[in-house]
Amino acid sequence: MDEIVKDFLIESKENLDRLDQELVKLEADPSSKELLASIFRTIHTIKGTCSFLGFAKLEKLTHTAESLLARLRDGELSLTPEVTSGLLAAVDAIRLMLAAIQETEHDGGEDYTPLIARLADLQNPLALASKPPVESPAAPLALPTADSENAKPVQEASAVPPVLDEDLADPSKLGGLLLQRGLVTPRDLAQALHQQEIGRKRLGEILIEQGAAHPEDILAAQRALESRNPEAAVETIRVGVTLLDRLMNLVGELVLARNQFLQLRNRVQDAAFLPLSQRINLITSELQAEVMKTRMQPISNVWNKFPRTVRDLARNCGKEVHLEMEGQDTELDRTIIETVKDPMTHLVRNAIDHGIELPEIRKQAGKQPQGLLMLRAFHEGGHVHIEVTDDGAGLNRSRIREKAIERALVSRLQVDRMSDREIFELIFLPGFSTAEKVTNVSGRGVGMDVVKTKIEKIGGTVDVHSAEGKGTTIRIQIPLTLAIIPALLVTSGGERFAIPQVSLLELVRLETGKAIEIVHGAAVYRLRGRLLPLVYLNSELGLVTHPLRETSDAAVSIVVVQAHGCEFGLVVDEILDSEEIVVKPVGKQLNKISAYSGVTILGDGHVTLILDIPGLARRARIISGSQDTSQKSNHPEATVVTGSQAFLIVESGSRRRMAIPLSLITRLEEFPLSSIELAGRHEVTQYGGKVMPIVRLSRVPSTGGSASTVAVPDDLLQVVVCSESGRSLGLVVDRIVDIVNETLTIEPPGHRAGVLGSSIIQRRITELLDVPALIHEAPASASEPPATDEKGV
Amino acid sequence: MLLSRQQRMRKECRTTYMPSTQQFCTFFIDGHCFGASVAMVKEVIQFQPITRVPLAPDVIVGLMNLRGQIVSVMDLRRRLEFPERPFDQLPVNVVVQAHDSAVSLLVDEIGDVIEVQEETFETPPVTLQGFARHMLRGVYKLPERLLLVLDIERVVDLENFTHGSVAAIGTNLYKAHATESARRVQ
Repeated sequence: MDEIVKDFLIESKENLDRLDQELVKLEADPSSKELLASIFRTIHTIKGTCSFLGFAKLEKLTHTAESLLARLRDGELSLTPEVTSGLLAAVDAIRLMLAAIQETEHDGGEDYTPLIARLADLQNPLALASKPPVESPAAPLALPTADSENAKPVQEASAVPPVLDEDLADPSKLGGLLLQRGLVTPRDLAQALHQQEIGRKRLGEILIEQGAAHPEDILAAQRALESRNPEAAVETIRVGVTLLDRLMNLVGELVLARNQFLQLRNRVQDAAFLPLSQRINLITSELQAEVMKTRMQPISNVWNKFPRTVRDLARNCGKEVHLEMEGQDTELDRTIIETVKDPMTHLVRNAIDHGIELPEIRKQAGKQPQGLLMLRAFHEGGHVHIEVTDDGAGLNRSRIREKAIERALVSRLQVDRMSDREIFELIFLPGFSTAEKVTNVSGRGVGMDVVKTKIEKIGGTVDVHSAEGKGTTIRIQIPLTLAIIPALLVTSGGERFAIPQVSLLELVRLETGKAIEIVHGAAVYRLRGRLLPLVYLNSELGLVTHPLRETSDAAVSIVVVQAHGCEFGLVVDEILDSEEIVVKPVGKQLNKISAYSGVTILGDGHVTLILDIPGLARRARIISGSQDTSQKSNHPEATVVTGSQAFLIVESGSRRRMAIPLSLITRLEEFPLSSIELAGRHEVTQYGGKVMPIVRLSRVPSTGGSASTVAVPDDLLQVVVCSESGRSLGLVVDRIVDIVNETLTIEPPGHRAGVLGSSIIQRRITELLDVPALIHEAPASASEPPATDEKGV
Repeated sequence: MLLSRQQRMRKECRTTYMPSTQQFCTFFIDGHCFGASVAMVKEVIQFQPITRVPLAPDVIVGLMNLRGQIVSVMDLRRRLEFPERPFDQLPVNVVVQAHDSAVSLLVDEIGDVIEVQEETFETPPVTLQGFARHMLRGVYKLPERLLLVLDIERVVDLENFTHGSVAAIGTNLYKAHATESARRVQ
């Protein structure tokens, strides 16, 4: 493709994006001459270039649009929503044609005659009936910037006579401004300009020398010019993204070379060497910082298209929406900007389609008919926060509940026990939508889950806050940059690995490995009474092959990490240091391995793998592939075979054995009998500032029926604390027997509450407890934190 | 008959395989001379420290730092199913650019860049059996030896061209390849 066509395409694309915004702004402020002038100019430029390049169709369309704009500018027409829509449609058509040009080098086979006719109709004199009050007649001089561009060569060429033509009066130039302010006489100015042409001095200096103006006045005028024209002060050029990435890589290399160079410094005896190396050091650091900045872009790059989106959507839905944006200069890494683009658009669409009500309904609710959609972005604590707030109807809890049950995403039992927050979280489940009908805007049930996945993929979080009738706020928190993350370096099997700080909880060092308990090859450690499953990094990565049988006496380093809410300990050889690392993708040949999320190059030039903690957890079966196995296990139909899972085996009442899935257990505790209190007919205890229901396993299932408590030595109760979806339950057991890692074949028990079935573990019949059911059957009031506002009755 | 076959072959060479002049970067593996189109070879560098990648397929020796770019290192001996390189022999990196990613191929020794005559081109001889056959474009009969030309795209494509998957996924490709060469042999 021709260089000139390429330039035209790039330039026009930027211009069109601006056009969208300007047209929407113009609709809000139809009297703005400047906006109109700018729009006119853009269209005019495109028209001029495309006629020059021979794109006839495009030219015809732009020409029609331009004539319409000309009439608007001259005040012969007023800007109605129809006109704006027509112009926006023209912008879309131009965009399509440009895309066609990019592909085929022709302006496309589409027929735009109807659109051209529509634009022509809009400038039809009939519409002139509603001629607006025009405060100023046709005023081509009111297009300052356009004129100044044309004026430049003219002024420079005005070498000859001290005659003042109107170009000299251009207030965007120093001379013109001084003249306008009455600080110089036209004669003096003309003379000075003449001098400027002959000599090389600046206009201001000449004027001062001639005594035609005061130095202060000239300085003030210069300052005014600079502030008025910020675009003129900042010069930009276009640089390819690949070039910037390459630059970034090279700078990284330079930093490494610098580090080696600095080590050399101690060995060189030359006196000149030290200052030189320091200079190189400084320059390199500065260069690195500046190159990093080139990756940052303001969030307005994404937001800029929203005024248009909001306008179109609101009109489609018959709503009135006012869009406000705050913190548009907030900068983000280029790759993150790309990732948040779609989720942001989705949230904006949702807010308009679902959130903000129709004007009549808003009036009935005592609100302004015009809804407010607010976008905010700001930096805080190394993160970027983005908020999408609307003042619409808010999330309807009961409707979310009903829909979630209707779509079989959760059971009624579960929903009834959910807090508001948990109910709001339901909208992020795949397949969820409360829209009554599928519109082309939203309601297909794919969306919020995609938003959440996308944001979480880049290490961010999504939060919903909503008050019924008042509105909804969706809060997104994302890291500043993906390219550089803090990470902990560890060694295992002689190799170094990086663990991203986000998945890190704590570091534990055991002076002796004897503290680790090993049951059937599965290692656990009691971390403050809580069972922490352990994963040996070296055996997980196949660096050592021998299976783990017993623990050695040597010290052990454990990195406690979390993935999808599951905690586990990663046993490593050595914990080194934390470092900021630059994340690079793993090559195509290796991206099938789930254990790594990327690669990095450390300060010494060494290539190091970044561990993918969720991936490792899946490999080690800490978390299962699908996360809702516990919900499915609610309905045992026949013989159920579980995947290999870790179970805690307990004994309770008359030597009955029961198994509890280890993944549901949070802590093992001992409570004195006296701490158990009664709430209604239920036993509860205070635990972590909350009321936790207590279930005695000797009464599950209620076969015995007798209230006889099992004799507990020293009045201490062994309690297994289980929790699921934020609620906890204490299970009183007689004795904790073992931990097994087994694939269970479960025989259904008839139907007994609280028991999923029985199985044979270690040659003993063992009942598998249905912990989620037990938790949900426990008294609801006890599991909620006390003191909520419903309490007052 | 013979003539027409040759003509057809030449035509095919021209259209599907070879531009009019072909330059090859040559290297040696277990005494065999292999070639890769110079257009695909980025650079040749001496052996570099390599970071091992646990769990990776064993043809991937690890990762290396090529001036800030991370490059997967593939042992061509393992990839083409030659015996392991003796321990005392340091391999050489031939960095190739395939699709969007660069891969470094470990070879025993590097040879010259040579220009070859189209007339000397043949498809892989049928006697050359086994998995390596699928990664060859063909053979040039040089005066002193044979130059085996590698299909670099396939060499670095572990997804579709692994030992196991050639049978399953690549059957069609293999069939096409087989019938084509059978036709040529006739």
